[in-house]
Amino acid sequence: MKGFTRVALSLLMLATALSACSGDGDGLTLYSGRAEVQVKPILEDFRKATGIKVSARYGASAELAAQIAEEGGGSRADVFWAQDAGALGAVDEAGLFGPAPASVSSVVDQKFRAPDDNWVGVSGRARVVVYDPRKVPAGELPDSVFALTDPKWKGRIGLAPTNGSFQSFVTAMLITVGEPRTRSWLQGIKANDPKTYPSNDLIVKAANGGQVDLGLVNHYYLFQLQSEIGPDKVIARNHYTAGTDPGALVNVAGVGILKSSKHQADAARFMEYLLSEPAQRHFADRNFEYPLRPGVPTAAGLPPLQSGQGPAINLGDLADLDQTLELLRQTGLL
Amino acid sequence: MAGAVAAAALLPVAYLLVRAGGGGWSAIADTLFLDRTGRLLVRSLSLAAAVSLASAVIGIALAWLTVRCDLPGRRMWRVVVALPLAVPSYVAAFAFVSNVPTLTGFLPTFAVLTLLSYPYVFLPVAAVLERVDPALEEAARSLGDGPATAFRRVTLRQVRPAAATGSLLVCLYVLSDFGAVSILRFDSFTRVIYQSYQSSFDRRPAAILGCLLLAFTLGILAAEARTRGRGRYYAAGRGAQRRPSLISLGRLRWVAVALPVAVVVLGLAVPLATTLRWLAESVQASVDLGRIGRAGGATALASVLGAGVTALAAIPVALLAARSRSRLAGVIERSAFVGHALPGVVVALSLVFFTVRFMNPLYQRLPVLIFAYLVLFLPLAVSSVYGSALQAPPVLDDVARSLGKRPREVFRTITAPLLAPGVAAGAALVFLTCLKELPATLLLGPTGFETLSTRVWSATQAGAFGDAALPALLLVAAGVLPTWLLTRRGRTTVS
Repeated sequence: MKGFTRVALSLLMLATALSACSGDGDGLTLYSGRAEVQVKPILEDFRKATGIKVSARYGASAELAAQIAEEGGGSRADVFWAQDAGALGAVDEAGLFGPAPASVSSVVDQKFRAPDDNWVGVSGRARVVVYDPRKVPAGELPDSVFALTDPKWKGRIGLAPTNGSFQSFVTAMLITVGEPRTRSWLQGIKANDPKTYPSNDLIVKAANGGQVDLGLVNHYYLFQLQSEIGPDKVIARNHYTAGTDPGALVNVAGVGILKSSKHQADAARFMEYLLSEPAQRHFADRNFEYPLRPGVPTAAGLPPLQSGQGPAINLGDLADLDQTLELLRQTGLL
Repeated sequence: MAGAVAAAALLPVAYLLVRAGGGGWSAIADTLFLDRTGRLLVRSLSLAAAVSLASAVIGIALAWLTVRCDLPGRRMWRVVVALPLAVPSYVAAFAFVSNVPTLTGFLPTFAVLTLLSYPYVFLPVAAVLERVDPALEEAARSLGDGPATAFRRVTLRQVRPAAATGSLLVCLYVLSDFGAVSILRFDSFTRVIYQSYQSSFDRRPAAILGCLLLAFTLGILAAEARTRGRGRYYAAGRGAQRRPSLISLGRLRWVAVALPVAVVVLGLAVPLATTLRWLAESVQASVDLGRIGRAGGATALASVLGAGVTALAAIPVALLAARSRSRLAGVIERSAFVGHALPGVVVALSLVFFTVRFMNPLYQRLPVLIFAYLVLFLPLAVSSVYGSALQAPPVLDDVARSLGKRPREVFRTITAPLLAPGVAAGAALVFLTCLKELPATLLLGPTGFETLSTRVWSATQAGAFGDAALPALLLVAAGVLPTWLLTRRGRTTVS
C-alpha cells in the first residue's frame, strides 16, 4: 500500500511538471464562450499575422462570466470572448473590464457595443423565421412575429423555449413593447400549441424534415445544416420579419479586455484583429455571421444587415432574464 | 487523516456559505420562498428517489446474474454492463432526443438517468458478491431454506450495505445532474441553479439554492445511515473461503439474458450508434486522429490520477466508518458524500474561489483538477471501500496485533489485502466517472488541456455532431480496460 502511495505521488508530481511546461508563457489567455471551431482558425491567423500566441479556454459564456467574477482581480484571462452581449454586460457590471481601444470602438455601430465602450461586438446574428416552403407559400409568411398568434398557425410552429437565444428575443420584446403585450403574445403562442425543441438546430432540422411548418431560430443554423448535410438536401429557408419587429433582433458575440490583464497592448491588438477585414470575412464566410465592420460583405445567399434591422435596444440589457423567465413560466412555455 | 479528507470534501460548503451569506437575510428569504423553489425541490427529490430505486433493482439483479448465475456470456456481461457509466448524460439524452424529438419530461429523464447510473449499484454489489462466503448460504440451505429464501435471507442481506450506498450515490448523482434534465426538459432543481447563473449572472441565488440542496442531502444521508443497522457482515467461522458454485438457471437463463441485453442496447448502443450516424451523415466532420489520441491520453492521465488519489483518500474514511461506531466517524464519512450532490459547476466555482485566493500558483494546473475530482467523486470510492471494510473481520487485526505485529505491518499484511477488492472497485468507479466529467474539467483544467469529454462537448456545442462520435466511442472504450481488470481481480482474489 505504501508503494502504491509512492507511485501515486510521483505520478502527481510528474503531472504537475508536465502541466507547468504547457503553461501560459508570454502569450494571451482567452476565455471563449464561443465554440472552438469558430475560434481556433482566427487564433491561428492572428498568430501568423502578429506572432502573438493565444491560448484559449472554452466554456459556456454564462459559466465563464461566473468564473471571471469569482476570480475577481486575479483572473488568468486577458480577453473574454462571449457568445452573447448579456455575459459581457455582466462582467462589465462587475467592473472587471477595462476600456476597449478607440480604434476598435470607433469601427462598430454603437448599437453593437457597450454604452461605456468596455466591450465591443465582433459578429452578429439575426433572429429569423425558418420555414418549409412546401407548407408555407411565400405570400403567407408573417411580417412580424406578432402575427404568429393567429389560429391559422396552430400546431405548425417550432420553438426552443429553454434556449438562450429564444429567451434573449423575448427579453428584447419585453424591453420594446412592454410586459402586457409580451404576455399576451406568449399566451397566444401557447394557445397555438407549438412544438418545443431543446435547441435551434433541431428546429431547423424539423422544418427541413416536414415536422414543423415554421420555427423561430437564429439565421445561421440553416447555413450550418447546409454544410452539415449538403445544400441540395436542405429545403427549408429563412424568412426575415420586417423593421424593428422584436422577431428581427440582432444580437452579437463580442469581446472585452480584462482590467487585470498584464498584456493590455497585445490584448488590444487581438481585439483590433477581430475587427480587421480578414477576420470579419472569416466570420462572414465560414460562420455565416454578419460582419460588424462596415464594408465587409455577408456570405453568398445571406441578405446584408439592414440599417435599423431589429428593435433598438442596448444589447447589454439582455443580461437580465429574470422577468423573461418568470413570464415564460407563467404562460406555461417553460 | 480521515478528518483531513473530510475537510477537503467540505470546501464547497464553505464557499456556498460565503456566497449565500453575502446578501443578508432578505436576499436569502427572497430566493428560498419563491413558490417555484419548493415545487422544484419536490420534483428533483421524486426523480432522485425513482431513479435510485430502479437502479437498485437493476443493479442487484445484474450483479447476481453475472456473478452467481450461469448466465450465457456472463464474464463479458460483467464488463459490458458497467460501461454505460462512462456515457455522459447529455450525450445519451441528446441521442434519444435526436431520434425521438418529442421525448420530454419525467419518464424519459427517469429512463435515461437510470440507464446511466445503475452501475453505481451494480459495481459495488458485484464486488461484494464475489467475496461472499458461500458457507453462509450453504448453512442456510442445509437448515432447510430453499434457494430463493437463502438468497433473500443471506445473500441479499450481505449485499445490502453496498446496495444501499450505491443507491445513495445514484440519488445524489441525480440531484446534481444537469445534462439529462436540461436536454429532456425536466424542470428540476439543478436547472434553477444553472438558470440563476445564466439569467441574472448573480452567484448569490445559486449559492442559496445550493445550500438548500445541501440541507436536503444531509437529510438523505441521515436517513440512509439509519437503514444500515448494526449487523455483522463477515463470516465468523474458521476456514478458507471457497468460490461459490454457480446457480443453474436452466432454460430461464435465455430469458434472464434479456435484462443485460436491454440495458446495454439502450444505455450504450443507442447513444453510440446515434453518434456514429451523425458521423455518417456529416459531410464536414474531420477526423483528426492525432488530436483525439492526445485527448485520449489527457483523459487517461487525469482519470487515472483522479481514481488513484480518490481511492487512496477513501481508505481512512471508510475504515474509520466501518470500525468505529462513534458519532464523529459517522460525520466524517457522511461529509465525504456532500460534493456528489452539488452540481459540478458549483463545486468547480468553489475551487476557483479558493485556489485563486489561497493557492494561486496552482490555479488551472492539473493537481487542482485532480483535487476537484476527489471532492466530486470521493463518495464513490468511500462506499466501495466501506463495503469491503465491513467484510473484513476486525478480529484478524486484533489477532495479528496480539502476535506482535506493528500497526503498519498489520495494515499491510492483513487489512490492505482484505480491502483491495473494494479499493479496486472504488478506483474503477471513480475512473469511469472522471472520464466523462465536464464542468470542473472546463473551469479548472490547464489551459489547452483537452479531454475526450471536452471534445465531445465542444463538438455538440458547435452543432458538429459528427465530430462527437469518435471521442464518445473512445470514452466508452477507455472504460473497458479498468472494468475488465476489476473483474479479473475479483476472480483471482477469491480463488
